[in-house]
Amino acid sequence: MSRIVADFYYSKDHEWVQVVEDGRVRVGISDFAQEQLGEIVFVELPESDSAVEADESVGSIESVKAVSDLYSPVSGTVLQVNESLEDLPEIVNESPFDEGWLMEVQLKDPGQLEALLNADQYRKLIEGEEG
Amino acid sequence: MADVKRTPLYPVYKDKAKLVPFGGWEMPVQFSGIKAEHEAVRTRAGLFDVSHMGEAEITGSDALQLVQRLTTNDASKLEPGRVQYTAMCYPDGGTVDDLLVYMRGEGDYLLVINAANIDKDVEWMGKHASGDVTVKNVSDRIAQIALQGPRAEKVLQRLTETDLSRIRPFRFQADVDLDGVSGLVSRTGYTGEDGFEIYLDAEKAPLLWEKILETGKDDGVVPCGLGARDTLRFEARLALYGNELSASISPIEAGIGFAVKPDKGDFIGRDVLVRQKKEGAPRKLVGLEMVERGIPRSHYPVYVGEEEVGEITSGTQSPTLKKNVGLALIKWEHAQLDNRVDVEIRGKRVAAKIVKTPFYKRPNQ
Repeated sequence: MSRIVADFYYSKDHEWVQVVEDGRVRVGISDFAQEQLGEIVFVELPESDSAVEADESVGSIESVKAVSDLYSPVSGTVLQVNESLEDLPEIVNESPFDEGWLMEVQLKDPGQLEALLNADQYRKLIEGEEG
Repeated sequence: MADVKRTPLYPVYKDKAKLVPFGGWEMPVQFSGIKAEHEAVRTRAGLFDVSHMGEAEITGSDALQLVQRLTTNDASKLEPGRVQYTAMCYPDGGTVDDLLVYMRGEGDYLLVINAANIDKDVEWMGKHASGDVTVKNVSDRIAQIALQGPRAEKVLQRLTETDLSRIRPFRFQADVDLDGVSGLVSRTGYTGEDGFEIYLDAEKAPLLWEKILETGKDDGVVPCGLGARDTLRFEARLALYGNELSASISPIEAGIGFAVKPDKGDFIGRDVLVRQKKEGAPRKLVGLEMVERGIPRSHYPVYVGEEEVGEITSGTQSPTLKKNVGLALIKWEHAQLDNRVDVEIRGKRVAAKIVKTPFYKRPNQ
């Protein structure tokens, strides 16, 4: 059973969103997502200061076997990305909700968080996928 | 999922492995993890279920003649107990499949073919059969287990009185008693390591699987999935049909020209292959190592300057080298070692250079 952090928001594509301060969020992938991907060997993230749109591909996460698109769960401007993943992408497997965060985004509209799933809703989603 | 096929070993690992669809089969892609399994095979030994592979028998007094007509290698060089790696080609030199031919006796050959190609191959064989020869698809009643790695012989030897050290590479022995289970033991594999491929009755496969894991436990033998099988074969530059080989790629282009013997007499595809061997093929399979960040993957385009010169056939982060490497089929004039090329990764050109292959060669080989 995958872990879920209670006070994060989630997307249907298995990203999480943590509000760091008003209008500023941290984004990563869920425990469920990293389990599905397997051993992550490469992470490609957007550049700082670039604009990202919700549900658009902004990078990729690769395991030994496969490439998966990374979708931004929110719209806004990338403030910074987790540069330690360049050399240690496996941190995403080891600590998906914490040290394995991917990027920080300044939200275009803080109201968009309401369109995401809360922890309970996300749990139901992955229970369905875990079958 | 109604028509998905499963091997006789499915019940043994269904709750222990991550399963994926593969060429119509539901197969284990990994047990503990691809990297750990890869490492186990390079340093100890790993056990693979490869029962999805197909087997066809070609028998009769004209069997050799048919095998010779169908395949590119010289099957007349085989003796009973020997195995040959070979290819079947179309008249234009494209590849029908790559396969192993086992000579069990006079007029008695077993051909081991790729899972996704079974129907196509058996039909192709049947279409060219003439005289006293029978082609029979026996895939469903034969299971195949591969034990691969430096400790493979030591581990398997515990199950049998047969002296396994006497089965040299590319030889086999039929009816070997493995602790009560009879199997054909072949010193072949698809990992770049020493090891065995064992063919046996489908219903006996779960028993032998458990016996090998049990007796190999203290030597670190682990069950392995198709994920590690792919990274292992890739590092050793063993061709995968559908990637390095296809109906539009000849064995010469794919770098398995050693299995094409023009002097053996006529065979399907000979004219084109002889010309490619003599004059060079238009494309060549090369190794690439990324210079900039990125992992090359199958079908990514390869450029020299603004010219698209070919594409990646297989690529990953090599678990042994920890480098992002790939195999690419590119125009021959760009195929020199150390040449700089670009791989297009999701719309971006990323620098790579041509390097020697195989990426991995086992010590003392």
